[in-house]
Amino acid sequence: MANKLINQMGLPKSIANIFTARNVITAKDALSHTEFELMELLDVGKEEVTSAMAHVSEVVCPPCQTALLLLEQRVRNECMAGHLPTRLKGLDEALCGGIPFGVLTELVGPAGIGKTQFCLKLSLLASMPANCGGLDGRVIYIDVESKFRSKRLIEIGINSFPEIFLKKGMAQEMAGRILILRPTSLSEFAESLHQIKVSLLQQQVKLLIIDSMAALVLGERDCGASRQQALGWHVSFIKSLAEFSRIPVVLTNQVRSQIGDESRMYSFQAQSRSIIKDNPATYDSHLVAALGINWAHAVTIRLVLEARSGQRFIKLAKSPISPALAFPFKITSSGMVLLDDDGVEMKGPEISTINCQGLSLSSLAVSSAEYFLTKNT
Amino acid sequence: MEVGMLPISASKRGKLLAAGYTTLDAIARASPTHLARDIDVSDSEASEILSLATKASSALERERPNGTHTAVVGGGQTAWDMLNEEKFSSCITTSCVDLDNILGGGIKCKEVTEIGGVPGIGKTQIGIQLAVNVQIPQEYGGLGGKAIYIDTEGSFMVERVLQIAEACIEDMAEYSHQFHKDFQACDVKVHPNNILENIFYFRVCSYTEQIALINYLDKFIMENKDVKIIIVDSVTFHFRQDFDDMALRTRLLSEMALKLMKLAKKFCLAIVMLNQVTTKYVEGSFQLTLALGNWSHSCTNRIILFWNGNERHAFIDKSPSLKSASAPYSVTTRGIRNSTSSSKRIKMM
Repeated sequence: MANKLINQMGLPKSIANIFTARNVITAKDALSHTEFELMELLDVGKEEVTSAMAHVSEVVCPPCQTALLLLEQRVRNECMAGHLPTRLKGLDEALCGGIPFGVLTELVGPAGIGKTQFCLKLSLLASMPANCGGLDGRVIYIDVESKFRSKRLIEIGINSFPEIFLKKGMAQEMAGRILILRPTSLSEFAESLHQIKVSLLQQQVKLLIIDSMAALVLGERDCGASRQQALGWHVSFIKSLAEFSRIPVVLTNQVRSQIGDESRMYSFQAQSRSIIKDNPATYDSHLVAALGINWAHAVTIRLVLEARSGQRFIKLAKSPISPALAFPFKITSSGMVLLDDDGVEMKGPEISTINCQGLSLSSLAVSSAEYFLTKNT
Repeated sequence: MEVGMLPISASKRGKLLAAGYTTLDAIARASPTHLARDIDVSDSEASEILSLATKASSALERERPNGTHTAVVGGGQTAWDMLNEEKFSSCITTSCVDLDNILGGGIKCKEVTEIGGVPGIGKTQIGIQLAVNVQIPQEYGGLGGKAIYIDTEGSFMVERVLQIAEACIEDMAEYSHQFHKDFQACDVKVHPNNILENIFYFRVCSYTEQIALINYLDKFIMENKDVKIIIVDSVTFHFRQDFDDMALRTRLLSEMALKLMKLAKKFCLAIVMLNQVTTKYVEGSFQLTLALGNWSHSCTNRIILFWNGNERHAFIDKSPSLKSASAPYSVTTRGIRNSTSSSKRIKMM
């Protein structure tokens, strides 16, 4: 919309020509000036500028929808009212049916906690036929850390949906619908994003997974402001991708340890800071999401996967549609399984902290050993 | 130089000055043909300049103090009149009594309020709550208005609006039940769909669209007079991307803020701008601060949402009339509520 040509908007010929003559070609050019600047630039009176800009604005401005219309559209056009069920009963109930279409859902957690397992399960669910409760579509899986294991995918499939996967040829069909991309740099990723945008419309792609966003961004050599800016661009692109093709987008994020005195406070809270610093309880929670606050604003749903005294939990750390709940889970041969479907509500900073205590070392060792083995072969 | 006040193009202004027309009076006295010849423009253009000049000079005349007029400067308003007007200006409740108390009744109409906070603190929740609450009918102490929701981030969720709307209707039913115990028929006639119908949703995908939309709102509200609140979620998101020229960004943002303020005054509606926070390195430590901080000179009130221990708090960071205070609030399945309301689920550990 922003790149619409001004001389095709039905303005009076005389004024449209002035815009063209001063090299103000698109609506974006015109709207990037204040009205006073335009008066100077185009050398016309205030009234003409105001009326011309009112016209341009009306053409460019997005259409108005009432919330009721949005809801009706969603119910009418989309299976399961725009949610991809995770088949984890408690989580689905809390999220009003599953991972919502059209927004970004993020998984944060320490290595080996089960983020990739969750992603594998989701890609199976999206590729399953509609009569089995799936989305009956293709999946694009962007695998930055080379963690995708087809073998594990099939294993999860056979264990969770034996009736489908043991049918002849079904496993091949399911796995054939999942496309894995392995970009090595952010620029390569950006290129494939543009291709994905085209193929999303042509093919029946129903799910986009990026595992992991953090590895992609943090792998870049330049840091600081330029990285933030690059991230900003990618975030808005992925968001618009999710929204206009109305598919769920799932991204994973790593954790890092909090750097010494990284206070999360406003200046007006300064006086209370010393109290918190002395509080030994906060000492343990020293993990934070690797991508910072600007990224966190962009995701609509954040699921934190963590371990507390040996027990794994999945937490709804940010969600506009449900209270902050935590569910204990374990990883089995059929993927993630919730131990309790009711969940416990959390309060305060506990919602967003990421714990990694007593996560049994053997499982970490196994996954890292597996990683080295596959790397060497 | 009075000619500089005329809303005409720079070249015409230059020609007028070059021909010796420096005062409005001088222009007003000339005839159209005379003026056209002197400054080398067509007759119709000359008569247009003339009419503008007469209008401007008569306006100037009115403003000059000559004893009989009470207003010293045209278009002004005395502090006493303002006080009277403010007494009647209406508020939109936040559904959280503590928050309403520190805000002096709620979010005020005719004012611009900025609300900022960390991800997940409940900015969008407050936005949606206000979009629903503005529709509470006058019988129940509300405004009975409509809402415009400008979504720049795509974080608006209809499912959530439905939840909050249903809870709001339940509350109204309870309220009417308490006050009209004798009457049998005291059903609330509002259906959740009516509430959803009265929220006008715009999805903005670039800063250009955002500016265009705000230009267009004037016309839109003319056609839908009942709009009583505009919520922008979030106001700075697009301005934080793809901008190289920081001075241009500041100019555009402040022009936009001015236009919003004009809308607020003209149609007597409330403007709520939600803003993200970012970290800033100050005096050897990282501090949280609202994004594009310096632009917020242009908003009247600023509220910062933050975690205080286990509770969500709202803090009035800036306001010309309210004292700085903070109040706890909570986000429940029913929407924004007082934090004391005990939740059914038990606290973890």
